Amino acid sequence: MQKTMPYNVEKIREDFPILKRAINGKPLVYLDNAATAQKPRQVIETLDRYYSEYNANIHRGIYKISEEATAAHEEARAKIARFINARHSEEIVFVRGTTEGINLVAHSWGRPNIGLGDGIILTEMEHHSNIVPWQLLAREKGASLKYVGISDDGILLKDDFHQHLENDGVKLFCVAHSSNVLGTINPVREMIREAHKHGCRVLVDAAQSVPHMPVDVQDLDCDFLAFSGHKMCGPTGIGVFYAKRELLEEMSPYHGGGEMIREVHLYESSWKPPPYKFEAGTVNIAGAIGLGAAVDYLSNLGMRNIRLHEREVTEYALDKLSKIKGLSIYGPKEAQTRGGIISFNLGDIHAHDMATLLDEDGIAVRAGHHCAQPLMERLGVPGTARASFYVYNTEEEVDLLASSLERAGRIFKL
Amino acid sequence: MSSIYSEIILDYYRYPRNKGQLSSPQVKAKDSNPLCGDVIEIQLELDSDNHVKDVRFNGQGCAISQASASMLTELVKGKSLDEVRKISKEDILSLIGGQLSAVRMKCALLSLKVLKTGLYTYLGSLDGSKGELSSL
Repeated sequence: MQKTMPYNVEKIREDFPILKRAINGKPLVYLDNAATAQKPRQVIETLDRYYSEYNANIHRGIYKISEEATAAHEEARAKIARFINARHSEEIVFVRGTTEGINLVAHSWGRPNIGLGDGIILTEMEHHSNIVPWQLLAREKGASLKYVGISDDGILLKDDFHQHLENDGVKLFCVAHSSNVLGTINPVREMIREAHKHGCRVLVDAAQSVPHMPVDVQDLDCDFLAFSGHKMCGPTGIGVFYAKRELLEEMSPYHGGGEMIREVHLYESSWKPPPYKFEAGTVNIAGAIGLGAAVDYLSNLGMRNIRLHEREVTEYALDKLSKIKGLSIYGPKEAQTRGGIISFNLGDIHAHDMATLLDEDGIAVRAGHHCAQPLMERLGVPGTARASFYVYNTEEEVDLLASSLERAGRIFKL
Repeated sequence: MSSIYSEIILDYYRYPRNKGQLSSPQVKAKDSNPLCGDVIEIQLELDSDNHVKDVRFNGQGCAISQASASMLTELVKGKSLDEVRKISKEDILSLIGGQLSAVRMKCALLSLKVLKTGLYTYLGSLDGSKGELSSL
């Protein structure tokens, strides 16, 4: 695979004002992109323009700026639909983030469709947000949770998956497209086909994939998919829940309130069609418009180019870091099968101490259990430090990370 | 820049003083920091006029939490309960030396929180001390 145009990372970095900051007298090296990504000025300016020029509530305002805001909001929805190749704009529901999208499935599809004795398949590498809503639902309905295990290299065990699918009453498979800890990119397309053969619906947690690689919901054929705006250069508090239109049509509202209704009477109401029946109250208008700008920004760079860039940086980092004495890296060994996330531990240095040591050099990483305590248990560690890359990270920054890790090793006398 | 991980912190982390268990402690408490997974238990044995005769800590977690717990045990040894009660946040931070971020402050102060929880439980004044404990 070749990038379709020269990928000028220095030019891209100029778009991100925060990258000019110094931390402890050193340039900020931001490697916590799996938690949240930085924002380019194109997104910041879009938000500024909305609030300065056409801030108004949408849909029912009969005046100029409300019409402008409504148009921009719905244009953002259409952009996102094109971005993930949804068949219809109506399949894009704005939510707060991935977590809300998953809870929406549990509430509006799970409750009526999952009952006593039914099964929900999860994997050992799920984020808490794709575990806890299913525990709540399973407890309420008397359903059972079945986990697909992982190999020591952080690859899903296909035999586990097939075995669980053979069980009667398996209704839903919930899987991370890409692991927020291991970086593993799961073969979801193939797994969705397998699940569908058994009449099992599939929810894809795309929080770590949509920001980093081309994702085509029609090609995947997933039933549900959710992702967060802030991990893809967009604002916080906005995310996307996708579902096939026929599923959205049969699902009940998640929240009741204004804007989601067709008619309200004292004792009964009727709903608008999707996606509006899922968007009660005044939505995050600025967030949606800002996310639209983020989608433009990423599309302009090209998702294939972004994936290739991150793969190069990850490959470089895997090579560089594996030369550091005492460093353990978790997850797949090849950059081919992983996203731009590297979890590691160095000797007996606790992950939190590691994050503090790196911060002393202006390097921002995450440390701890990464909202994946069952996975930490499986790996047999209390936590890991995690470096995660995005469009603006460079091999020079990987070098700074590596030399700061060497410094940490010296301080701790490893 | 210089590191918060001074030789002293490292030394207490690698070679903790007063780590272990006492056979019959009058004062004991245990707590954890859910964010980091640090766990600290502290035990005190008192003599007849309520001075700390012996002390132990046990636990696991980051260097900051473990080293500060070990330093705290040395600080309390021989002190009266009244003196122990007066040990402050600032006393711990000066033992550690250097600046800590808000998140890491929780690691540094966990042992003091555990010590005070044990002390107030022993003195029967835990309920009246919730304010002080939640500030740690």
